[in-house]
Amino acid sequence: MKNKSLISINDYSKEDYLEIIELADEFEKNPNQRLLEDKVIASLFFEPSTRTRLSFESAISRLGGKIIGFTDAGTSSVKKGESLKDTILTVEKYSDLIIMRHPVEGSSRYASEVSKVPVINAGDGANQHPTQCLLDLYSIKKTQETLENLNIILVGDLKYGRTVHSLLQAMSNFNPTFTFISPKLLQMPKEYKLMLESKGLKYEEYTEFNDCINKADIIYVTRVQRERFSDPMEYEKVKNSYILKNSMLSDTKENLRILHPLPRVNEISEDVDSNEKAYYFTQALNGVYARMAIMTKILGLK
Amino acid sequence: MKERKEKRVSAIKNGTVIDHIPSNSMFKVISMLNLDQIEYPITFGTNLKSNKDGTKGIIKISDIHLDSDDLNKIALVAPKAVLNVIKDYEVTEKQVVDLPDKISGIVKCVNPKCITNVENVKTKFNVVSKKPVHLHCHYCEKITTQDLIQTL
Ligand SMILES: [Zn+2]
Repeated sequence: MKNKSLISINDYSKEDYLEIIELADEFEKNPNQRLLEDKVIASLFFEPSTRTRLSFESAISRLGGKIIGFTDAGTSSVKKGESLKDTILTVEKYSDLIIMRHPVEGSSRYASEVSKVPVINAGDGANQHPTQCLLDLYSIKKTQETLENLNIILVGDLKYGRTVHSLLQAMSNFNPTFTFISPKLLQMPKEYKLMLESKGLKYEEYTEFNDCINKADIIYVTRVQRERFSDPMEYEKVKNSYILKNSMLSDTKENLRILHPLPRVNEISEDVDSNEKAYYFTQALNGVYARMAIMTKILGLK
Repeated sequence: MKERKEKRVSAIKNGTVIDHIPSNSMFKVISMLNLDQIEYPITFGTNLKSNKDGTKGIIKISDIHLDSDDLNKIALVAPKAVLNVIKDYEVTEKQVVDLPDKISGIVKCVNPKCITNVENVKTKFNVVSKKPVHLHCHYCEKITTQDLIQTL
């Protein structure tokens, strides 16, 4: 992983995932290590994403690193029409590592080919967001003590949701059983189902919640957005079918944990928050440890 | 019978004949191979009757043998094309086109939000399926399928 950019979850192997998880655990036990003391990290947010940016900034600050960059492209030279290539060629001279968020798909891959310092993709449009996926893996490992042989339910927008796609790709290395719950219009794309089939992995597909939640180890919820429906009536018909309520959890497994990439709107009702199976806020904190692990691995400090 | 058919587009002594090009891909093939820029004699025929394909196009280039990497690109628009190497009016070699595993700079990525459609970045694809053609974009990771292929 040393000196290698992290652009797509597929850039890492199963062994790499496990190394990051182990290291994240080490940072969780001892977060204040001054490993980035003499490092400058560029944080380039070409579009705003407060949550992801704060998570990275917290991770860098705890490790004693310095941050340069911008929080949205409106205030930078990018606004004046500078090409991505020129921005990267400038910033690489000032920094040891570039973290970048950009609305254009494939922009981070391109930046990593232009840059002499490694690049971490913090989201490129609808394409990839690998640090989110690694923190999800860390959260699953922490709550289940293993990644192997788990029963995972993915709920919501399974067609466009990049987090569920990355999670599915990464978890497919650990012999999971998947259940997909989504409106017909937002079903898991065929290419991902074919991928599972080619690996001999089982999945079930439903258009609403049912008993399957009582078998689950993980329920990963994502939001069904109104904008995805060209027919507003269609949205009104289905919108309440994908809300997870506390009353639905009474017969679920003891070890079940509920994950969500956040921000949540109403797809997990608030009465779930006090249930010990709700894990989404801790999941967000895990992002700090996972990002510490990723950055120190890439910089060859761990 | 065969001889009469060949004479629709005059025979060449030495060079390359590209046969079984779909009529509607003729001009794409010409531009992909930069045939508009070479100085050797070239003869074309298109909308010719073919027993196999309805109508077809054929290109005959005198005196030069094209690089096979170059020729394989045309598999994108003419997957059934056959290349004949001609020496002294005889076909000395027949070769079907075979798409390479990686394609760079010929095809446009189907995703309008892809960096290759936003900035000046050369496209790169991994060929994940050859029949039908599925191209996996190296940058945005979306698939461009055969029916949506646009050449640059
Ligand atoms: Zn693309």
